[in-house]
Amino acid sequence: MFGDDIVMLSRMQFGLTALYHFLFVPLTLGMTFILGIMESVYVMTGKEVYKDMVKFWGKLFGINFAMGVTTGLTLEFQFGTNWAYYSHYVGDIFGPILAAEGWMAFFLESTFVGLFFFGWDRLSKVQHLAVTWLLAVGTSLSALWILIANGWMQYPVGAEFNYETLRMEMTSFADVFFNPVAQVKFVHTVAAGYVTGSMFVLGISSWYLLNKRDIGFARRSFSIASAFGLASILSVIVLGDESGYTSGETQKMKLAAIEAEWDTHPAPAGFTVFGLPDQDNQKTDMALKIPYVLGLIATRSIDEEVKGLKDLREDSVQRVESGMVAYDNLQKLRAGDNSSSVKQHFDEHKADLGYGLLLKKYTDKVIDADAATIQKAANDTIPKVAPLFWTFRIMVACGFIMLFIFAMTFYYCATRVADQKRWLLRMAVWCIPLPWIAAETGWFVAEVGRQPWTISGVLPTHMSVSSLSAGQLWFSIGGFALFYTILLIIEMYLMLKYVRLGPSSLHTGRYCLEQQPA
Amino acid sequence: MFDYETIRLIWWVFIGVVGIAFALTEGFDFGVGTLLPFIGKTDVERRVIINTVGATWEGNQVWLVLLGGAIFAIWPAVYATLFSGLYVAMLLVLFSLFFRPAAFDYRSKIEDPRWRNSWDWSLFIGSTLPPVLLGVLVGNLILGLPFHFDQDLRSFYDGSFWALLSPFALLCGVTGLLLTTFHGALFLKWRSEGVIHQRAVNTVNALGPMLLIALTAATVWVFVGIDRPEITQMAATDAPSNPLHKTVIAHGASWLHHFMTYPWMWLAPLTAFSGIALAWLLGKGESRTGAFVLSSLGITGVALTVGFGLFPFLLISSTAPGSSLTLWDGTSSHNTLLLGFWITIIFLPIVLLYTRFVYRVMWGSVTEAAVLKDSHTLY
Repeated sequence: MFGDDIVMLSRMQFGLTALYHFLFVPLTLGMTFILGIMESVYVMTGKEVYKDMVKFWGKLFGINFAMGVTTGLTLEFQFGTNWAYYSHYVGDIFGPILAAEGWMAFFLESTFVGLFFFGWDRLSKVQHLAVTWLLAVGTSLSALWILIANGWMQYPVGAEFNYETLRMEMTSFADVFFNPVAQVKFVHTVAAGYVTGSMFVLGISSWYLLNKRDIGFARRSFSIASAFGLASILSVIVLGDESGYTSGETQKMKLAAIEAEWDTHPAPAGFTVFGLPDQDNQKTDMALKIPYVLGLIATRSIDEEVKGLKDLREDSVQRVESGMVAYDNLQKLRAGDNSSSVKQHFDEHKADLGYGLLLKKYTDKVIDADAATIQKAANDTIPKVAPLFWTFRIMVACGFIMLFIFAMTFYYCATRVADQKRWLLRMAVWCIPLPWIAAETGWFVAEVGRQPWTISGVLPTHMSVSSLSAGQLWFSIGGFALFYTILLIIEMYLMLKYVRLGPSSLHTGRYCLEQQPA
Repeated sequence: MFDYETIRLIWWVFIGVVGIAFALTEGFDFGVGTLLPFIGKTDVERRVIINTVGATWEGNQVWLVLLGGAIFAIWPAVYATLFSGLYVAMLLVLFSLFFRPAAFDYRSKIEDPRWRNSWDWSLFIGSTLPPVLLGVLVGNLILGLPFHFDQDLRSFYDGSFWALLSPFALLCGVTGLLLTTFHGALFLKWRSEGVIHQRAVNTVNALGPMLLIALTAATVWVFVGIDRPEITQMAATDAPSNPLHKTVIAHGASWLHHFMTYPWMWLAPLTAFSGIALAWLLGKGESRTGAFVLSSLGITGVALTVGFGLFPFLLISSTAPGSSLTLWDGTSSHNTLLLGFWITIIFLPIVLLYTRFVYRVMWGSVTEAAVLKDSHTLY
């Protein structure tokens, strides 16, 4: 159909711009909540230091928020510019979710962010607090909608193919909204954002404590971050486990690939801690397994089996064959043959139409595919195992290291000795990048694990792209690389500058850098 | 609730409303950004100008995001064809929008004059290129775009970026920029005092006649020089959306004929011209609110003229007229249109209410004294 280079370049551009956008999103999600908590304490206690905390951490939040807005625009443009056939094919479901995000979330956060920064003297204390919380709710709502959209791509419920319009159409909004994959993903991702905000505040406060500056300010920020962070990381891990369970039901191929489970073993399946996946020979070398654990995660039982990649691939062969029948009957329907037998045949097989479309990569007509081509298409349904296996483990490792940090800092805060534990403060500073590494690897697993599909089982990635030329794609990739690099340098520069200035940047006269002779 | 035909028409109106809201609100943000380096001579003056829109530009920009999202949701084929077909142009719009958030938020963070001057010009670029490019886009919507669908309803674009820059489209680009700048000058005048206020008045005075001339030229060109395709046969207006089930003649009719057929449509260009002309006449004098409201009416008139003129087309194909998309065969399913309708009916009033609240809180003239007092909290 399209050259592999167009598909690869489109995927590269989307992957890079989406990952780049997600450098800023989780911090926004977390910071708005932490700002809400800090300001609530301010309103309840009336202590000025909490107001200063809101204002200072708010400045850092603002530097980050601008980048989130900038890079978020790209994604909205990109479905249309680069994934035009996708937009046509699933716009009926995906579009309204995005529009709902605009109405309910973007307006809320973008309208109130201005008041958050500039409304201090124009609003009462309680009004301003309400504005801050509306901002926090807005950002989290935005995550809700986009994860419903993404959840639908992983597990497309509540929609079916309409042969008259040649696209998927929504049959039940309730099914799309309450999609179990989406709900779990939402909580997992939002909580990961809260962890990011907490780790950011915790690490920077630790740095102030290590340098013995603005102790009162830093200690209070540190406590809030450690408590909120502990609650959040526990949610992330519990919901991550819940994701494993829903994947066991809804995304078997992805789960098996993450675990590099080539064969279906008798229940309960073991969890592979370490191993070297070998895609060509369909095996995993040097696998180190913990018995029972995978079975427990994926099926919540010890007597249900977890299907391996080889068996899932056999299912794919059957579905590709069935998809060919669906495609054949679709052509007849389109040619105007509306006889009941054609319709009935199509309806019986239309759930597998997407598997038939996998063949488009090899033959435009689909129905003339021979056995070898069908096998190739079935092979394509197994995602790349080794990268998934490893990125997943990096994400999990980051999560558990952060659990340790938050548990320890919370414990020492409770016993009031946190500032003396210098090793822990140092660790908190060095671990500031962990939530970002976890979030980026997590998205890698979610999206690469869905390949070869954009809509799991419905629309292959190679069908989804726009009719573009490689030159156009290089133009856009070059533009993104240029602008994003410059913006990132500026953003990091400002962020570091304001972190170094600390609360002295508020010019209240109360903080350390202002008290030294100028 | 509503049958398919009715809800399709309702959504044509809704998307028009969102588009007009975008033009009116982000329109003056763009205009203020374009005027920034010229009206503001000193750092304090520029800070005054930026702070007239500083607290609200972000909310205004959501109208653009929502416009994109609504087109995706309601007219997916339009979204797919327009964004992928005009690939380079759309990316240029996007890249120029990149300049704005950082310019607003980062400028005040460092006091160095070179730093601040660079961001001022960034804001200028980010506020000037989009209205030009979007004007060129509207010009091309009127002329028609070279695209077609294959049997799988995959859209193919058969033109290039440079071909978009025809004389008529460039005239539309200039008109677009003049519209936002004129509108922005009226907004700036409304919300400032002293020297900036005076310079804004002078700008209104100078831009008014230029805008009226550009608008007249574009209007005459459309009515005299540009053909409209005509649908000779199509599926029922409540049939499933498939643009390939109709017959269209490329140069079947003219815009003049179209407006003569529906004479009430003349109200749109009438509103456009009288709104802009009166905004100019009043804007030169003391009027603040009145002139801004009139210019808003004028912009609404311009948008309605284009919308009415194209009706029922959404995207005209210049190379394969049968592939043209109309509001009857380019929409999402009946279910999705109804769902979107309810979401809009519930959230549009809520959004308008709290936007009004934010404007009320932040309202009042921005003065040099206020900007100097809050050096570390304002932009």
